Amino acid sequence: MHAAAAVSEDSAIRRARRVEIAEGLRRILPPASVIADDEPLRAYECDGLAAYRQVPLVAVLPADEAEVRAVLRFANQHEVPVVARGSGTGLSGGATPHGDGILLVMSRFNRILGVDPLARTAVVQPGVRNLAISERVAPYGLYYAPDPSSQIACSIGGNVAENSGGVHCLKYGLTVHNILKLRVVTIDGEVLVIGADALDAPGYDLLALMTGSEGLLGVVTEVTVKLTPKPQVARVVMASFAEVEAAGNAVAAVIGAGIVPAGLEMMDKLATRAVEDFVHAGYDLDAEAILLCESDGTAEEVEEEIGKISTVMRACGATTILVSADEAERLKFWSGRKAAFPAVGRISADYYCMDGSIPRRELARVLRRTAELSIHYGLACANVFHAGDGNLHPLILYDGGKPGELSRAEQFGADLLELCIEVGGTITGEHGVGIEKINQMCSQFRPAELERFHAVKAAFDAKTLLNPGKAVPLLHRCAEYGAMRVTAGKLPFADIPRF
Amino acid sequence: MAAMNDAIQDLQATLRAASAARTPLVITGGGSKRFLGHGVPGATLSTASLTGIVDYEPRELVLTVRAGTPLAEVERVLAESAQMLPFDPPHFGAGATIGGTVATGLSGPRRAYAGSVRDFMLGVRILDGGGQDLSFGGRVIKNVAGYDITRLMAGAMGTLGVLVEMSFKVLPNPAAEATLCLEMDAAAAIERINLWAGSPLPLSATSWHAGRLHVRLSGAAAGVKAAVEKIGGERIEDGGAFWHALREQRAPFFTEAKSIFRVSVPATTHANIRGTSESQWIEWGGAQRWLRDVADIAALRSEVSALGGHVTCFRGGPANSTVFHPLAPALVPLSRRLKATFDPAGILNPGRLDSF
Repeated sequence: MHAAAAVSEDSAIRRARRVEIAEGLRRILPPASVIADDEPLRAYECDGLAAYRQVPLVAVLPADEAEVRAVLRFANQHEVPVVARGSGTGLSGGATPHGDGILLVMSRFNRILGVDPLARTAVVQPGVRNLAISERVAPYGLYYAPDPSSQIACSIGGNVAENSGGVHCLKYGLTVHNILKLRVVTIDGEVLVIGADALDAPGYDLLALMTGSEGLLGVVTEVTVKLTPKPQVARVVMASFAEVEAAGNAVAAVIGAGIVPAGLEMMDKLATRAVEDFVHAGYDLDAEAILLCESDGTAEEVEEEIGKISTVMRACGATTILVSADEAERLKFWSGRKAAFPAVGRISADYYCMDGSIPRRELARVLRRTAELSIHYGLACANVFHAGDGNLHPLILYDGGKPGELSRAEQFGADLLELCIEVGGTITGEHGVGIEKINQMCSQFRPAELERFHAVKAAFDAKTLLNPGKAVPLLHRCAEYGAMRVTAGKLPFADIPRF
Repeated sequence: MAAMNDAIQDLQATLRAASAARTPLVITGGGSKRFLGHGVPGATLSTASLTGIVDYEPRELVLTVRAGTPLAEVERVLAESAQMLPFDPPHFGAGATIGGTVATGLSGPRRAYAGSVRDFMLGVRILDGGGQDLSFGGRVIKNVAGYDITRLMAGAMGTLGVLVEMSFKVLPNPAAEATLCLEMDAAAAIERINLWAGSPLPLSATSWHAGRLHVRLSGAAAGVKAAVEKIGGERIEDGGAFWHALREQRAPFFTEAKSIFRVSVPATTHANIRGTSESQWIEWGGAQRWLRDVADIAALRSEVSALGGHVTCFRGGPANSTVFHPLAPALVPLSRRLKATFDPAGILNPGRLDSF
């Protein structure tokens, strides 16, 4: 794994380095805010990508922006890597610690600093949980639209770092569409104000560049988010299909009919069975696939749209159609989808969650190929899918306790990512590259583009101290990966030096 | 396809030569937005050879198009499938291209409610200052692989690369639209439109000028009908023409002005910037305000800065002022380093975006 360069955990050199760094940090932070013992540090050894673990050299829990600036200045001066961490729910290893570095734990930045109901904005610290924003502004009839499935736990700072989506982003956009302004501390300890309370700001669009940069460009200390009026009504249509392909066609037909649903999700049989046992959402267990299609807006709009959606679904061969009668039933229909990952976690010792994104027209082909790979690797795969925007979440089931299963699961996953690239899609729709998909970045981008990413990084962080080794692979790593994946005599990256 | 490769290779050769000689290039599409930004001396690099729709599948809601394609053609092709560019870009002339739309980052009346140019960008292919052919983003709606270089191109005024090809998320045309007109002063209008925007009404554009507030509603027929009843006022029959004229700035307020200033502020900002209450045009739910013939640009900028906004000398501003609002000092060296990353020789529209 990536921290292989780290000095082994129990070596004397590492212990000495830890003492030196911890002492330095305790001179600039309250001593209790610096953690430098293995046992308490284990709490931070991984994020949601739990197959990768690494105890950081030191963890710090800054209380305010001044402390973040001091830590980053210290790291810059002493050339120590820094990894920022929010709630640690990320699925790509973006917050996996660096073995020789400082883990900057932002959990104390947990305050909502202000809400302006008329302007529909809120100013929040990065450690605030996504759902806490919506809860706070609910009395004004407002909410924060992006809703990743982990929203009860994930932090807004992490959402900015990953440009998180959710089940409603076809209509309401990703994080990048729902934030106005950031305060960011650079590795030099300087504070940048990026974006504005207005709808735009002069100069280059650094707000977009910062969003989804996976902690490689700066550390966010404050976020101004846009709030959206809560729709008067939301209702969901649940449709069953006897074939996955028919469900895929229904997705295209809904969009083709000029409807932009608030959410449009697909689950295959393995996924629905797993969740039905877990949450009893009332899913049709005989269906090969079910679609959940939500309409929201005023009562009149929803009535009209639900009618249209049901007609389209029926025309596409839906075997059963249920429409939520009230809010309780709507939440029940969604409960299964939202609980899909933990539900699969109950039927399998481990699972590996993928995040490729594809043009919707390739859906049938990708699902067929996924089924073939599942047989090839001897591992089951449950499909959960943000169908409306082409974002797939295949969950590969494996048992890490059985020799060879993890490595087969990873190989299966890598093949799926390559497949997404092949059909014109991308390796990550919303979870980020992190360490998990770093090899496949070599397939998605050419060397010149990867070099440009490194140059952009250098414009912010010349010494490569912020979250090093994540998100963008070094070219020699691509050469090694390419050598492993030579297919049909065609060598990718033929034009770069081999090592 | 071969002809397109030749055209791209020609542009690459021009860029390489210009970078080697450090001679500036003026990137030009249709020339319709030449008025925006400082004039740049240099040889013209035209994107006229880069035309055509590369890929458009209405059911995917994704359009990929070459930069020199006329905006009018893009809109015509989308209209055939009852779809649109949701950011409603102004043309400001018959020759407007989609590349110029992205480079200037301009959006129209729908912007405050639907999103801006950059919000709908999914991917770009560019040639950088050295002529290198680079692609970022993609053609799918959700994609977080790599830094977001795609959106960085929006509003960069061509200073970071020559746009070759872009992919956008597009949306279906609304099933129904209605435009209403209500009489009230500017302060009341700002408050009212922000209150409406906080409730689930299908707003898609707002405009206030000379005592009249225009509001457009877009969406499902039943929803628009209900909102019309709720908001009241007088129904304007040819709403489409009103919003089109506003987007293209055809009213005498704009055409008879010597200079026009774009003021971007938080939507709820008071109505009296520089005491202009009655002589301004307010759009975007209060977030975009047009002022004209302001004598003291420095005083205007200082007042607007304090309000959290910025001022662009949109047309015909004073020669001794920067066109765009000066950046916060901390952002200047960073922006320079980014510029150097894409254009180390400094040949792409140098100075058009003030010092970049």
